[in-house]
Order: sequence, then C-alpha cells, then structure tokens
Amino acid sequence: MSAVGVLGVGQTPYVTRRADVTFPELVREGALLALDDAGITMDDVDAVVFPLAPDALIGVGNGERWCVEALGAAGKPFMRVNNGGATGMSAVIAAWTHVASGMFDVVLVAGGERVSESGSAQSVLNKMWDVGYERPIPLNTITMLALSAVRYMHAHGADEADFARVTVKNRRHAALNPLAHLREPVTVEDVLASRVLAWPIKLGDACPSSTGAAGAVLVSERYARAHGLRPAWIRGIGQNTETFWMGDRVGPRMLADHGDADALAVAFERAYAMAGVTDPAGQLDVAEIYAPFSSVELHVIEAAGLCGKGEAPARLAQGDFALGAKGTIVNPSGGVLCSNPIAVTGVARLAEATLQVQGRAGDRQVEGARTAVASAIGGDHQFYASLVLSADLEDIA
Amino acid sequence: MTSAVEPRFYTQTWDLSYRHALGDTTSRFLAGLAEQRILGRRCPSCERVIVPARSFCDRDHTATSDWVEVATAGVVEMFTIVHEAFRGLPDPPYALAYATLDGADTALVGYVRGLDLTDLPSAVATLAVGNRVRVAFSDTPTGTAADYWFEPA
Repeated sequence: MSAVGVLGVGQTPYVTRRADVTFPELVREGALLALDDAGITMDDVDAVVFPLAPDALIGVGNGERWCVEALGAAGKPFMRVNNGGATGMSAVIAAWTHVASGMFDVVLVAGGERVSESGSAQSVLNKMWDVGYERPIPLNTITMLALSAVRYMHAHGADEADFARVTVKNRRHAALNPLAHLREPVTVEDVLASRVLAWPIKLGDACPSSTGAAGAVLVSERYARAHGLRPAWIRGIGQNTETFWMGDRVGPRMLADHGDADALAVAFERAYAMAGVTDPAGQLDVAEIYAPFSSVELHVIEAAGLCGKGEAPARLAQGDFALGAKGTIVNPSGGVLCSNPIAVTGVARLAEATLQVQGRAGDRQVEGARTAVASAIGGDHQFYASLVLSADLEDIA
Repeated sequence: MTSAVEPRFYTQTWDLSYRHALGDTTSRFLAGLAEQRILGRRCPSCERVIVPARSFCDRDHTATSDWVEVATAGVVEMFTIVHEAFRGLPDPPYALAYATLDGADTALVGYVRGLDLTDLPSAVATLAVGNRVRVAFSDTPTGTAADYWFEPA
C-alpha cells in the first residue's frame, strides 16, 4: 500500500451567496486553487472524486454531470461521493483509497456548495428520516443535534454557557481566518441572548449556510519522490458507521449514546492505530473537527481522545484548545461553526489541517504544528470519517 | 468586453410528490395506533424489544420473531423545544421527544403536547431526561405516526 501525500489544497472564501458564478464555475475555482497550490495542471490528474451532498440542497439533479468540465474529468475516471455532512471527507478517503491501492498517482478532489440558494434546507434534510415512523415528526439536523445536546447536558452536567464558550473560541479563531464566513467575535452573553432555534441550540450555537469551493490534490509516495515534492502525509484514516435509528442510541440496551460521540471515537481509534498515535493529546498539535453546532464540538473533542468524557467544558472554560494555549488546538480556522459549505466542509478540514502541519496557515497558524487530526460527521450522527496528517513521514514515529 | 450587468436569477420550485409504501410491519404498527396500542417486535438474537416495530434487528441483521405490546407510558430519553420556523415544517413552538416505553428496549419519537411551551424554563424542567411521559392517541386516527403523541405523566 502506497503512502498518500496531500500535494496541494485550495479554498475560496466562504460567504452567504455568490451571484457572479454558476455552480460549475464555483466548483472550478476549488479545483484550480488546489491544482495551483500543488503546482500541477489538469493534465497531471489521473482521476477525479467529486463530493456532492443531497441534490435537493442545491436544487440541482445529479450536479456531478454539470461539473465534469469544471473538474477536467472528461476522459478520466470519475466518482461522486455523498455521505451527508461527511461528504467532503468521505470523498478525500475515496481519493486516498485510489492512491493507496497503487491504481493512481494523482487524484483531484474538488467541489462546491451553494446551499444558501434555497431556504428549504431543513425541509430537505427532514426527508432523511424513516418514512412511516419518523417523517411525520419534524426532525431535521438542528433538532437531531438539540436532542443530542440535551443528553450531553444531562450526562455531564453541562449548561448553555458551556456550549456558548465553544462559539466564543471559534469566532475568535475565525477572526484570524480571511476565508471564514462568520468572523465577528462574540461573547458568552451574546450567544446566550441569541434567539432559540431548538432548545438548547440558539442562533449563536449554529453554523451558517455557506457558499464556497474547496479542493485537494492527493499523490502517491512514488510520484512525490520522482518529482522531488514535499507533500503533507495522510498517516491514518478511520471510518465508522452508526445505526440509522436515533431511538436505538438511548435506553437500557444502547451500545453508543446519541449524547456522546461513541461511534466517532471508534473512527478516531482506527485512524490513530494506523498512524501510530497512542497519546492523541500529546502527539497531535491541531484538530480540525466537524462540529456544525457548538454542543457537538464538546463531545467530538472527547471522542478524539483529547480529554476524558464530560471533561471538555471545564477544559474549554480554563482556556484550553484555543490558539495560544498549550496542547492540541481545536479548530484554529474557526471550524464548521463559522463556515459550513456542506459538500466540501470535509475537504476544508483536510485543507486546514494540511496548511497547519506545513506552517502555511497565516494568522491562524498553530506555532510549530507538525501533526493534525481532522474529522467529519454525516447523516443523523451516522457516518464518521477521520484522518491523521503529518508534515513528514517520520513524524509520530 | 461587455459592461458589467446586474446579476440575473432563475427561480424554480421543485414540486415533487410520492406515495411511499410503508410495508407490512410499519402498516401493522400504524393500525395498532387506532386501537391505542404501541407495538414492538422482539429480536430472537439479542432479545431486545424494538419499538417502533421493525421486521429485522438493526444490530443483529436477524428477522424479528414476534409482536410485543408495550406500555403506553415511559421515560424521556431526550427532547427539544423548537421556537424557529423552518420552511416546509410545522409552525413553532412545538416539542419533540424520544421516550423509552415500559417494556421496550429502544425509544420512540413523538411530539410532546399538554404543556406550555412559551414558558421555556418550565417546559424544559417538565421534559427533563428521565421524567415520565404517557402516550396519548388521536380520537380520529389518520393511519399515520401522527396518531399518537406524548404528554407529561
């Protein structure tokens, strides 16, 4: 199996709307930014993987057809990947598999998102629940995570201020990231005073609907060596899948709790085992983790092994995980809470982790970072993906 | 070069309709609601009583073996109180909860009615995880999962 490098990454700024481009034109921006960063052209690309979330979110039927030229994919192997919120990272893992297998040397992953063209996203997302049993109840991605947040509060004694502190940290980080969508610093009081969406989730606890594009170029070790290149390296990947039924993640016989991220912890463990990470908090400099609501970041920090279960609120309150603190810095980009271009959110996590381990993250750089973990979540907390990155193959040991 | 123009937009509504078959197991569960009964299915491998009823166990991949009627009261596992309007979904406020009914091993989702949702702190306290709820049934069943809801016990 070949080692897989990340030769280049690209992201547009994340904004509410782009009226100057069509969807494929937006996707092309992500592809070109990644290719330019890698120092290669479309001609060097062997195969293309395209992340695209549910069609109805952007109102385009099978948008992969529309974007073939924007991705330079005509005449090449091409694959669309959709895993809900994990789509972007699942696409990266599909590309990783293409390269690790030895089948291809250079694979482009690039896509775009313009979910904000519809005001019906939560109605679209409601359609993912069981037709007969659950769809008559207005579940959506906000209510499903409010349900999770309530369980986390009950199990660990957390409160709304604990959630608010996640937003405060991430907005402070996003203010340093020129690509981020929500960049205005906020206080705990601001978040607590924001309007209730689905208690305990308030507007200040929620991600925006972002428009933007992102891409990455993955290469084989032999290609990197043959061309004298210095990519960042994907050292481990880990995925896990949880039952469809949220009602099976509670009660006396549950295996994984909807209030914690137990199934995601398994995905992290798989990536860590492959990468040789035995002490995540000691070995990982940066975590770019998928958390579209403030409450989610707490249990993902715990699932990633950066602290014990239920300990994230106290650690955050004492200033840990924030830029300038000791230990692993969580979401120095501002994370998904400040920019959520759904189809490429997982690509953005890889892009940010890559910039960090290569010391290219500008004002949001974690000083001396050489290792990072990235993760994404899709479905109703159902599809989990994670990656471990390092600057050199010798890092982590 | 042409001069800059105002961006143009194309507005479209997707008008899609479906008539989803719900299958034998879901259909029988829904029929039970008209008789004010909540039905589950037992898994012969893990022996869980799965509610709402399913034809196979999501854990063991085994076909469930028999019907089990569970109680119409149980405990709140998680809840939320919605105050935001989402296009295409009901007008707020409304409350949702998953509750494990006595005799069941998995939780059932439903609306929670019979409490004042405008008084948020009071509603939150009433629905606290572990508190008891009972199942209420519609007097005019529609044959859908909207035929039952939870109320504070």
